Amino acid sequence: MAQPNRKITLQPWQDPKEQPYVRIEKVTKKFGDFTAVDDVSLSIYRGELFSLLGGSGSGKTTLLRMLAGFEMPTSGKIFIDGVDMSNIPPYDRPVNMMFQSYALFPHMSVEQNIAFGLKQDRVARDEIKRRVAEVLELVQLGGFAKRRPHQLSGGQRQRVALARSLVKRPKLLLLDEPLGALDRRLRERTQFELVNIQEQVGITFVIVTHDQEEAMTMSSRIAVMNNGWITQVGTPAEVYEYPATKFVAEFVGSVNMFAGRILEDEPDHVLIQSEEAGCDLYINHGVPVPLGTPVSVAVRPEKMALSKEPPATATGRNLSQGTVREIAYLGNLSIYLIELDSGKMVRVTQPNFSRLTEMPITWEDRVYVTWHPFAGVVLTQ
Amino acid sequence: MTATPIGKEIQAPGSGAGRPLPVRLTIGLLRRLGLTGRGLVILVPYVWLLLFFLIPFAIVLKISFSEAAIAIPPYTALLEWTEEAFLTIKLNFGSYIFLLTDSLYAVAYLNSLKIAFVSTVLCLLLGYPMAYGIAKSPTSWRGPLLMLIILPFWTSFLIRVYAWIGILKQEGLLNNLLLWLGVIDTPLQILYTDVSIYIGIVYSYLPFMILPLYATLEKLDDTLLEAAADLGAKPFGAFLRVTLPLSVPGIVAGSLLVFIPAVGEFVIPSLLGGPNTLMIGAVLWNEFFANRDWPVASAVAIALLLFLVVPIMLFQYYQGKQQEAAKQ
Repeated sequence: MAQPNRKITLQPWQDPKEQPYVRIEKVTKKFGDFTAVDDVSLSIYRGELFSLLGGSGSGKTTLLRMLAGFEMPTSGKIFIDGVDMSNIPPYDRPVNMMFQSYALFPHMSVEQNIAFGLKQDRVARDEIKRRVAEVLELVQLGGFAKRRPHQLSGGQRQRVALARSLVKRPKLLLLDEPLGALDRRLRERTQFELVNIQEQVGITFVIVTHDQEEAMTMSSRIAVMNNGWITQVGTPAEVYEYPATKFVAEFVGSVNMFAGRILEDEPDHVLIQSEEAGCDLYINHGVPVPLGTPVSVAVRPEKMALSKEPPATATGRNLSQGTVREIAYLGNLSIYLIELDSGKMVRVTQPNFSRLTEMPITWEDRVYVTWHPFAGVVLTQ
Repeated sequence: MTATPIGKEIQAPGSGAGRPLPVRLTIGLLRRLGLTGRGLVILVPYVWLLLFFLIPFAIVLKISFSEAAIAIPPYTALLEWTEEAFLTIKLNFGSYIFLLTDSLYAVAYLNSLKIAFVSTVLCLLLGYPMAYGIAKSPTSWRGPLLMLIILPFWTSFLIRVYAWIGILKQEGLLNNLLLWLGVIDTPLQILYTDVSIYIGIVYSYLPFMILPLYATLEKLDDTLLEAAADLGAKPFGAFLRVTLPLSVPGIVAGSLLVFIPAVGEFVIPSLLGGPNTLMIGAVLWNEFFANRDWPVASAVAIALLLFLVVPIMLFQYYQGKQQEAAKQ
């Protein structure tokens, strides 16, 4: 669900003349012996909706807190709009944060919560009133100005938190698991709203999330983090279709991973022998590693096809046989767990084009699993 | 934060099947009276309050409306059978009128309120930073630090107040120290002045200020302060606008816990105070033991109670509010 407009017109990271708006340079953060963020460098451009995606303990939140100024890097530097943030405390940074717990002031009304930041800046009273009303309108909370946080629902609190962090028009807005506390339905709706609001206000967003779906839906680019490292930075499609490492392939979406060895390596293709897959794997891109190197091949479940008869174009490559062990019918698609003859379990998803009264493929059927030469990705790490 | 739904009614425990018949009958009877297991548990504090608070209060109230007499007990009866079947109540407001006419009592009350008020403010000023410091210290330190606050209670209150005499008197520790340091040339008269009463009360009641303050400050969510900083508030500004308002329930609870007993304080002024310090506790003691005028003593006590009911109600109001806030 990418925004085609943004993708075509705005890819500042591809433009060599564009200056990064936020520059993280070789930043390391240690807590005692534990290295939370390990030598991370990252450039974020103006107007981006950038996601830091990773599991717990991946260092994503620590990185966000260093951008906000709650933690200081052990080494390295952070620049926001060209200004070195090293000695600037949180209250002097042109950055606002939306906290995971929202951190609304319980003793203040919605209005007072939102006005808090403006009052700190000694903005004129009329101006405060105008801007609070404006931002309340933006998050569709017009009638709730006088309420206290505890009189609001989870979704409304989330909007107040967003409004409070937007009202100061920061150069950079940090969002820590912004949708984490919402239920599924509300979350999906809010994702789109958040993207719309970001487009309206044009502020650069950095979102921390552990939810790959959330990151894929909203982001212009994603940085996948693991153990304090950034494993890959790319657009959602790049990260999904061309994962750089096994970790990324497995973390973002689900994937079938086959271990193998390189038999043949040409500029336009590689041939990989894999006992796990039970066939040779043909992939239409080359890899810069010597022959014989052990590699993994990642194939996404939706890029595999199932059939009871051997496909007509069968070459013996990218073609394996197995038995259906489990079927999960999800309505729009079905997930099949196939045990290949090598014993390896693979996951195949098939869209349900027609209404199934009787399933063409069912439990314990012998099936052929095939995929295109472009479906696989060779991973050396 | 979503509140966990609390079942409106917990299912009554087993209907008594399998219990001996007498037990079942008793349970059945209690139920019919509207008393379930829960009701009985709630009943305990009510019975306690009735026996040890409400009934003694009624007795004191009764005595305050009677007249002093040379008898045992030393007051007249309130209820009397006159003629044959008439029960007459003789309410005597003399004691209360006496309290109003003699300025001694008004002076004593006002003085008590003043001393209690000043002591409360001093406790707050001293206690707030201490409670704040404990709440902000590393988790492993908090237990020992709180223990140090509570530790004085392990020694008798009376002994601790006596010990202050040794410290404050003319040839006491404090004066000797100050003389040795060369700060003063002649010993200061601290003992038997209002100053020593303040020292005694603040020393004795400080823990009652610190504990509720600590409880409130410790619960305070640190991310609120981060949010304040993020929105541009410098540390002191964040304290004034976030920490302080959110610790009001603790301030109120602590202040009332100090103020209420300090008004009626008897031991500290009588040990550390001078002959000129008039506090209502001492007046009450005098009426009761020296003058043996039980009705006036009772009237003094009732009047004191009325002075304190307002702060007590405030206390309960804030406690209710605090519990409500905690439920969020």
